[in-house]
Amino acid sequence: MVIYGVTLLAFSFLLGLILGEFFGYLLGIDANLGGVGFAMLILIFLSNYLKVNLNFGEVSEKGITFWSAIYIPIVVAMAAKQNVIAAIDGGMIAIIGGSLAVFISFLMIPLISKIGK
Amino acid sequence: MDFFQSIESVFIGNGVITAFLFVGCIIWISYFISNKFTNGKFHGSAIAIIIGLSLAYLGGKATGGTKGLADITIFSGLAILGGSMFRDFAIVATAYGLDTKELKKAGFAGIFSLFIGVILSFTIGACVAVIFGYTDPVSITTIGAGTVTFLVGPVTGTALGASSEVMTLSIAAGIIKSILVMVTTPFFAPFVGLNNPRSALIYGGLMGTNSGVAAGLAATDPKLVPYGAMTATFYTGLGCLIVPTILFLIVNLL
Repeated sequence: MVIYGVTLLAFSFLLGLILGEFFGYLLGIDANLGGVGFAMLILIFLSNYLKVNLNFGEVSEKGITFWSAIYIPIVVAMAAKQNVIAAIDGGMIAIIGGSLAVFISFLMIPLISKIGK
Repeated sequence: MDFFQSIESVFIGNGVITAFLFVGCIIWISYFISNKFTNGKFHGSAIAIIIGLSLAYLGGKATGGTKGLADITIFSGLAILGGSMFRDFAIVATAYGLDTKELKKAGFAGIFSLFIGVILSFTIGACVAVIFGYTDPVSITTIGAGTVTFLVGPVTGTALGASSEVMTLSIAAGIIKSILVMVTTPFFAPFVGLNNPRSALIYGGLMGTNSGVAAGLAATDPKLVPYGAMTATFYTGLGCLIVPTILFLIVNLL
């Protein structure tokens, strides 16, 4: 059933965020420390386990793949709610700082890619 | 209540559904433009994101609010659909079917890129602050924190007691970074080899801005989204951890 897929996704999501809060709390910072990343790892692990052991079928899978496919529309909605005005009104220091950080970070990608290859 | 008002209330009362309809139309137009005028070379989702940002500008201009188009009542559902809950839920869903071998192979480079990413962005922001005449360590650190991400900026600023003017600057620098990552990733991708899971992991660690990475990869190659998102999700946390502490101490010493 489709809801099983959604349930698995919701479970992984919330458990991951709880873990993120937990690590944030441990380190004394008021931020979720990698909750989404943990949630992804939990989902990968659980879905592989369920596929082998509990016959987690194609229909259940649809409950996850739907959300995966709806990701780009969500990103478009996210773009439409950005505070673009604040970004532009931030002045030169914000524009130069932000642009340089992006540009130089792009240049680092090929360099770091070579590490440990 | 007249008839038009009741129609409007249907849209407003069902904000998220209205947002689905609206976003669907933007995407349809974007893919039409992409196929018709660029022969599909320029990704439809990249055009959709640029349209979204332009509308956000217009919305902000019209209302003076901070949530772009979502400040216009009829589009308020965009704030929910495009908010962190749905975004993160969908990002986690993209991990389904992820190649775990790729993750293991690039694991070290991914972690390395996170540290380099935070320290590099911070250093650039701090240097720009110094060039623009800031001399006190609190302001320099807060502006540097903003170039890490627009979340690390205020967290650091609050922790160190920065002035509200500096906080605003720092948030603005973070938003600029995030928007630039969204828009420029499809252009830079071919030049920096951003076309495989390994470089996507590194990209996520270097850029770090969740919204920027999410949109940038979506517009470049949706298959890479989970890899970049995986490292980016640790970036803000790492930034909140080391910027107000270790990096502030270093700035203070200098």
